Amino acid sequence: MSAEPGHEHGRHNAPPDPRLEKHHSPEQTQILEERVQKLEALLVAKGLVATETLEALASTYENDIGPMNGARVVARAWTDPAYKQRLLTNATVAIDELGISGLQGEHMVVVENTPSVHNVVVCTLCSCYPWPVLGLPPTWYKMAPYRSRAAIDPRGVLHEFGVDLPESVEVRVWDSSAEIRYMVLPERPQGTAHMSEQELAKLVTRDTMIGVARVEVKS
Amino acid sequence: MNGVHDMGGMTCYGRVVREENEPRFHAHWERRVFGMTMLAIGRIDTLDAFRHAIERMDPTHYLSSTYYEHWLAALEILAVEKGLLTPEELASGALRSKGGATEPPLPPEAVRQVVAHGAPCDRNTGRLTPRFAPGDHVKAKNLNPVGHTRLPRYARGKVGVIDRVHGTFVYPDTNAHGSGEQPQPLYCVRFNALELWGPHAPRKDSLRVDLWEDYLEPA
Repeated sequence: MSAEPGHEHGRHNAPPDPRLEKHHSPEQTQILEERVQKLEALLVAKGLVATETLEALASTYENDIGPMNGARVVARAWTDPAYKQRLLTNATVAIDELGISGLQGEHMVVVENTPSVHNVVVCTLCSCYPWPVLGLPPTWYKMAPYRSRAAIDPRGVLHEFGVDLPESVEVRVWDSSAEIRYMVLPERPQGTAHMSEQELAKLVTRDTMIGVARVEVKS
Repeated sequence: MNGVHDMGGMTCYGRVVREENEPRFHAHWERRVFGMTMLAIGRIDTLDAFRHAIERMDPTHYLSSTYYEHWLAALEILAVEKGLLTPEELASGALRSKGGATEPPLPPEAVRQVVAHGAPCDRNTGRLTPRFAPGDHVKAKNLNPVGHTRLPRYARGKVGVIDRVHGTFVYPDTNAHGSGEQPQPLYCVRFNALELWGPHAPRKDSLRVDLWEDYLEPA
């Protein structure tokens, strides 16, 4: 890494941009609530949307689909070498083996973190994210700071997440610009040889499968 | 289009701000927008047209509004452009126009199946024989279309290597504009960080991005 001023990756000193804070006042929220209520009523009247279906869909993504799905995939790969091989070769089929599939995960690729390679997933053009395994994305994944800097300065972004990697480790950024959805298979931490698949799944967080965190064993 | 949404490589947006224990939805209206967009968008236009509608938002509004405001704006834009609703109806919430869905809305009991099956974008029609193979050196063309594209600006004119061939996929550049799916081969292309970001980038680091065949030429 160069020590030349202005080129020090991983030392991003700019504060968060207050224009991007995006908190709504109660008045702004009320305006949005009313606008959305009108649109929903119109779409229902036009026969495009049924209110009960909207409810069922939202509740599916609130309760049934989230990082616990991806965690099951990771724990299986850690404990079953043949499954891991299938996962890295054809992720969509291997994930489907665990009953996990569908919208925004129709074409999955899983990439493996090793002592020499660290993978990070981003969508610079919008906010593409592997819903079946990770659920709906967190706000930071959808906002300008991550989408812009994960591409050019992944080490700086990782530093902000508490992950510092030596230069000997290759950082691979995956920009989800098409309909392929990427998930990271994080490294299994040391000291977990005695753990069951279910116990291992509990260690795996959303951020480790995006590639911005390491799996840690809680002491 | 060369829009504000094409964020990869910008460094002006500050640090990544995270919210601990973030809820799936921050307000009731976000939940409704999520549900109604998921149910209605495929019946109004394509997902590619939806992404392009977000890209056509006023850039200052794009940057200063939240993710689900982007969805709301795009849904309203397309509903008007496709002749489903008028601006007056959106403002008043009162239905004036005739016409609407020719088929009944999706019933709640179909949600599970729709979510699990998704909407695959690979095709066995169109251009099926890939021009490039893994290991081939390719250059991303310097294209600046005014319409929708998934070729990020940071990759244009840069030389990379075909990492893998994903298959034949719906081409967003035409599908977003009502010109059909025109499926063609999609590749994962590996670029060295040095090639993309210049001599101060970490030597071993790399970025992979999925690019359609028409974005590429031999290098």
